[in-house]
Amino acid sequence: MALIHTSSPHLHKAVNATDVMRLVVLATLPGLAAMTFFFGWGTLINVIWACLLAVGFEAIIIKMRKRPLGFYLKDYSALVTGLLLGLALPPFAPWWVMVVGVFVAIVIAKHLYGGLGQNPFNPAMVAYALLLISFPVVMTSWTQPFLMVDDGQSWNVMGFIDTFKLIFAGIEPPMIDSFSGATPLDAMRHRGGQTTEEVWANVPVLAQGMGAWHAVSAAYFMGGVFLIYRKVLTVHTPLAILATLGGVASIFYAIDPYQFADPFFHLTAGATMLGAFFIATDPVTSATSNKGKVVYGIGIGLLIFVIRDWGGYPDAVAFAVLLMNLSAPFIDQYTQPRSYGHAKAKRGMKGGA
Amino acid sequence: MDYILIAILALLGLALAFGLLLGFASVRFRVEGNPIVEQIDSILPQTQCGQCGYPGCRPYAEAIANGDAINKCPPGGQSTVEALADLLDVEVVPLEGGVEEEPVKTVAYIREDECIGCTKCIQACPVDAILGAAKQMHTVIESECTGCDLCVEPCPVDCIDMLPIETTLNTWKWEMPKPGVQLIVTDLRGEVSDEEAAL
Amino acid sequence: MSTQFSFHGGIHPPENKQRTTGLAIQTAPIPAELVVPLSQHIGAPSEVIVSVGDRVLKGQVIAEAVGRISVNVHAPSSGTVVAIEKRGVPHISGMKAPCIVIETDGQEQWVDHQGLDDYAAIPKQALIDFIRHHGISGMGGAGFPTDVKLHLGDDHIVNTLVLNAMECEPYITADDMLLREHADNVIKGIEVIAHLLKPHHVMIGIEDNKPQAIRALELAAKNTDLNLDIIVVPTIYPSGGEKQLIKLLTGVEVPSGKIPADVGIVCQNVGTAAAIYDAVYHGVPLISRIVTLAGEALTHPHNMRALIGTPLKTLLETAGVNQQALYRIVVGGPMMGFTVDSQSIPMIKTTNCIIAATYAEMPPAPPANPCIRCGMCEQVCPAELLPQQLYWFAKGKEFEKAKHHNLFDCIECGACSYVCPSNLPLVQYYRYAKAEIREEEAEHRKADHARQRFEARQARLEQEKIEKELRRKQRAEEAAKAQAVKKDKVATQPETTLEASAEPDIKTLKTAAAVARTKLKKAQKALQNAEEKGLEGQDKLAITVAELAKKAEAAQAAYDQAQNLPVAAPAVVDIKQLKTNAAVARTKLKQAEKALAKAEESGEGDIAELKAKLTAQQAKTEAAQSAYDKAEAGDAASSPSNAALDELKADMDVALDKVKKARKALEVAVAGNSPAVEKMQAGVDKLQSKYEALKADYEKANNQQTPEPAGPTVEQVAELKADADALHGKVAKAQAALDNAIASANPAVDKMKAGVDKLQAKYLDAKARYDKAQASLSVTDNAPQLDALSEEITTLSSKVEKAKRALASAEASASPAAEKMKAGVEKLQAKLDELTQSYSDAGGVLAKPEPVDPKALKQQVSIMRTKLKKAQAALDDAEEGNLSELTAEVERLTTAHDEAKASLDAYESVQLDKAAAEGIDLKQLKIDAAMARAAVTKAERAAQKAREEQSDDLSDIEQQLIVAQQDAEQLNQTLSRFTD
Repeated sequence: MALIHTSSPHLHKAVNATDVMRLVVLATLPGLAAMTFFFGWGTLINVIWACLLAVGFEAIIIKMRKRPLGFYLKDYSALVTGLLLGLALPPFAPWWVMVVGVFVAIVIAKHLYGGLGQNPFNPAMVAYALLLISFPVVMTSWTQPFLMVDDGQSWNVMGFIDTFKLIFAGIEPPMIDSFSGATPLDAMRHRGGQTTEEVWANVPVLAQGMGAWHAVSAAYFMGGVFLIYRKVLTVHTPLAILATLGGVASIFYAIDPYQFADPFFHLTAGATMLGAFFIATDPVTSATSNKGKVVYGIGIGLLIFVIRDWGGYPDAVAFAVLLMNLSAPFIDQYTQPRSYGHAKAKRGMKGGA
Repeated sequence: MDYILIAILALLGLALAFGLLLGFASVRFRVEGNPIVEQIDSILPQTQCGQCGYPGCRPYAEAIANGDAINKCPPGGQSTVEALADLLDVEVVPLEGGVEEEPVKTVAYIREDECIGCTKCIQACPVDAILGAAKQMHTVIESECTGCDLCVEPCPVDCIDMLPIETTLNTWKWEMPKPGVQLIVTDLRGEVSDEEAAL
Repeated sequence: MSTQFSFHGGIHPPENKQRTTGLAIQTAPIPAELVVPLSQHIGAPSEVIVSVGDRVLKGQVIAEAVGRISVNVHAPSSGTVVAIEKRGVPHISGMKAPCIVIETDGQEQWVDHQGLDDYAAIPKQALIDFIRHHGISGMGGAGFPTDVKLHLGDDHIVNTLVLNAMECEPYITADDMLLREHADNVIKGIEVIAHLLKPHHVMIGIEDNKPQAIRALELAAKNTDLNLDIIVVPTIYPSGGEKQLIKLLTGVEVPSGKIPADVGIVCQNVGTAAAIYDAVYHGVPLISRIVTLAGEALTHPHNMRALIGTPLKTLLETAGVNQQALYRIVVGGPMMGFTVDSQSIPMIKTTNCIIAATYAEMPPAPPANPCIRCGMCEQVCPAELLPQQLYWFAKGKEFEKAKHHNLFDCIECGACSYVCPSNLPLVQYYRYAKAEIREEEAEHRKADHARQRFEARQARLEQEKIEKELRRKQRAEEAAKAQAVKKDKVATQPETTLEASAEPDIKTLKTAAAVARTKLKKAQKALQNAEEKGLEGQDKLAITVAELAKKAEAAQAAYDQAQNLPVAAPAVVDIKQLKTNAAVARTKLKQAEKALAKAEESGEGDIAELKAKLTAQQAKTEAAQSAYDKAEAGDAASSPSNAALDELKADMDVALDKVKKARKALEVAVAGNSPAVEKMQAGVDKLQSKYEALKADYEKANNQQTPEPAGPTVEQVAELKADADALHGKVAKAQAALDNAIASANPAVDKMKAGVDKLQAKYLDAKARYDKAQASLSVTDNAPQLDALSEEITTLSSKVEKAKRALASAEASASPAAEKMKAGVEKLQAKLDELTQSYSDAGGVLAKPEPVDPKALKQQVSIMRTKLKKAQAALDDAEEGNLSELTAEVERLTTAHDEAKASLDAYESVQLDKAAAEGIDLKQLKIDAAMARAAVTKAERAAQKAREEQSDDLSDIEQQLIVAQQDAEQLNQTLSRFTD
């Protein structure tokens, strides 16, 4: 019989890209659950809707590119993109916002650049940034956590059917206003001349609702730790982001506590945790070496703080990640590890580029 | 009036400063010779075959530096054209005469029984890779032969063959892995799906 | 003892070792046919020394090592050689290679073999040769001939010997079982290696998954005196990689592109140690080894001791292979081993494991997904590379970038492929990229070589063209001259132009005659003087006087004749001279033609060169003649010897040229591996000796010409130095060429080697001369020597600086070599101090005159000058005409003489004293010599005059002149003996 003739190694670890993606999906579940718990069914509906759209667009574009459909759909990468976008968008975002977002993410940001592994920018964040610029009102109105409705006496979220109608038909149920409001970051930003302390005391979303954000951040953090434990991620990027953001925020808070928010607020508000563990760590668009990942993470952490405090948008994770995506190849060139037997690491790139 | 004067003086000053700077640069960073010819020459395969219409690789390198087409080197193949295009920052053009594949590397081989010792091939060889004397059998020094074919045509008895260089255990090398499935289909024992087969 | 060091990355693949460690090592059956490949090691394949049909005994050498990196191959069992042909060998390419096929007779009849009684008693080299002759090459992986590694102690400081018992690859248990059962042998083998390398420390690295082997080793190690540590390290792949193992055990990294010996470490496999034991203690060559038979397709997997050359089929069947389930055969481990597609392939010295895997066990790699840059490969890479970057570069054929990312530090361990979630065949990409880069480099080298050859050919053709042109011109000139001579001869009526040219001739003749007369008178006086003093030369002087008288007569006669026949006289002289010239030219031509004939035997290409030589020679002869003419015209009476010298010189140059050209031709022939090389070599030697003879003549003549010996000047020493440097450069170049040739396995290597050796010797010679000259120079002028000393001091101090730095870094990295390096630095420092001392002393040396040999120095200088000229001529050959070359040479000679004279003055007084001490009045002697010289001159003049006046006693005068000359020469020699 014919014996196989192939290159070593002849053993392979029983892990493939699909498993990696599946683990990522698993790791987002606590966060998704927390979001659903605190902000109502909107998040869940959005995530499912985004996933469906993502897989659909992916299938269409793969067919159009004449690639084997099953083989590429099995890698779950589209699912992860959809999931992340679904988690990032406001829970009550209308259905068409998601369609536009997923289309941009899958078709433009991913496949037009050559598909999985070739895209220079994080697809979900490209979509998010585009939506934020195009539909600022929709994108900045967030749902109030149930804690703030009726003083959190019961699990007071908008009903599943109502939410569904709201998202897909635009039918606003009564009491819509009691469910929607600004995010803590928004509140902190548009403080109207109050000091940080006053904002904390006066704005309800900070005074009462902050706990929900803390809980969601904690859930994402748990998911991230799980991924690091399973060696899907290395600790470098998230740690660098969180340490930098916390550190810079601490410095400014120490200098002027009236003007700047405390570091804990920065770490738990908005998409910090989601970004640090699930978005910035997207291997395709981040730096390669461990050293590079640290530099990349520091850059993101810095940019988040800068944009949050001085930029035009309340949250900054998307922009920070995109900007650092842009510099990742450059970082790669200057953060090669020192190889075995070499006195020092090589720098830059030889032979053009 | 003052403004005009100031403007003129400023411009003059700038011109002077930049002139000095440029002058300094042209002295300090002078490039000796014409390095582009060297670079082109180093890309060319040095078979000295003359198929480009020039008597050797260096003359062709000089011609390219002076604007000749970069696609006249059949022994170098398309990869040489690409390298030249890359170096000179010009469009990649298909090889003149349209040789699609990488040219097979060959060496000349003299069928020694048939050689009449006319020395014509010796005179044709651009790299002195043929040994022999008048009325004596000639032979090709394989390690020196560039495979330029120039000795084939002058041979009056057609005893020179261009043989492809054989792969030995020492020269055998790994192929680039084929994208996608790299095993033959029977090895997969029927597990190959239609998508994979389509790859 | 455990280790605190670790290397980056690594993986933990399932070990799969338990199935094969249960059973003791069994002996594999002897197959009916053994297939023994000639190349089982890295390096040159061995050369067959048996032929088909020969009966061979077990352990008999059947193929011998060729070159430095090679080992013998032995018959693994007794039997008959049935074929020597290409067979499939265990190589990833699946290609065939030459093998010796032995049909076994099952008798296992041994050839006479014997171990060494006391290996420590025999010279190390003998022991190493013994190991080499017993066919031992590394048994761990690559199969590097062991004896080469055992030589490392010669030029490296080896302070740590690392024994590799890691066996980090899954499945393989051969070393494990070897250690369990034969740990004693391994330790004894290590003792042999340690005896040869003399390390301070021996470390055996073993993974913690082999407790029984560790125990056995510890037991065996109790019986040895070696400073030996068994270091148990955690199980992680690829800890058995040489570089990783060294990092793991010593914390030292082997620098990229270097070998472990460069950091004072030598690494050997325990299997190799056991093989060395077998060879040294029992005289058993490497004809069998332990091999692990593993894999799910075997019903009876175990380790067996099998003969080299046993086909895999025999081994697999012994282990109970299930052919139906067999899906792939891996030779070596599953991480770095390779697949083979035939079971008739034999096992070789490096085959440590054969895995017969089923489909389920090692399924084909699933189709590769796109790289998602997850970076898992980077986390596991033991060489700390960026595997995914390398993958992108290899895929995009951006080899420059791949090289920049240290592709060549990749050890192809497969850890990155193992963890890759996208199932990319990363290792294959790297292998592909490496092969492409190597091929590209080889091609580039070849292209450069071709370019050089092409340019050399162009230059040669150009030269030939020029020479042809020159020859044609010369012929035309000669024809014209001959025509003119003819015209002169037939011309009887005085013409205005001839009159004009004849006028001065008459005048010269007149002076000559007068001079001859005076000379005669002087000679006579000298004779009287000599007679009074009772000097030896009086008889000769008398003859000289007689001769001078004759000469004077002749001169007078000539003058008279010229006066009578003002036109004819110069014509007669011209014809005479032309005749001589023609004769000389003919002789030379004949010589050249002879050389040409000789060359014609050797081959076509050389003839062309020789022809060129012929032309050049002709030109040179012409030039020499014209120079002669010029000299004659310029100082007809007093410097005929000068002209003769020039002629000699010209001869010498011609000969030198010949030698040079012949040598060049020889080189070309050697490079081209021409069959005529030997003949040509003989020719070159002949030419060389001829040249040397000529040179000696010239030097003799030259010494006579300028009896005042001269010391070397600073410039001359500098010249010597330059010459030595040039030669050194040549040697280096030749060496490089040789290396190149060796690398490309050029057949002319041996010859080139000989050439390099010759050059080397020449260089040393030149160097010695230079040194001598430099030393002698110190008498007249110590400055250059001081300079040289100070220069040496600077280089040495920089060396010390460098060594110190290296030491610091070594200490920082806790290298085991640090201590030895320290000693080295101290040594260097001491040397520096010594030099500095001698430098400061040298100031005092300045005043002290030292005995020197100016004549020898002069000779050396002239030799050097010739050599320098040779180098210059090689450069100028194409452009410069021969005449100008000669003129330049004469000029140089003159200046050199002047310089020598000048330097002579510096220590003449010293010589005076010396001569006085010997009881001879040097001054008087000198005066006598000068007088004698003057007498010669006078006699010459007298002879000239006599000729002019056609005096009767011309012949007498001439006789006297000769005597005077001889006497003067003798006096000069005496004088020079003292001044020397």
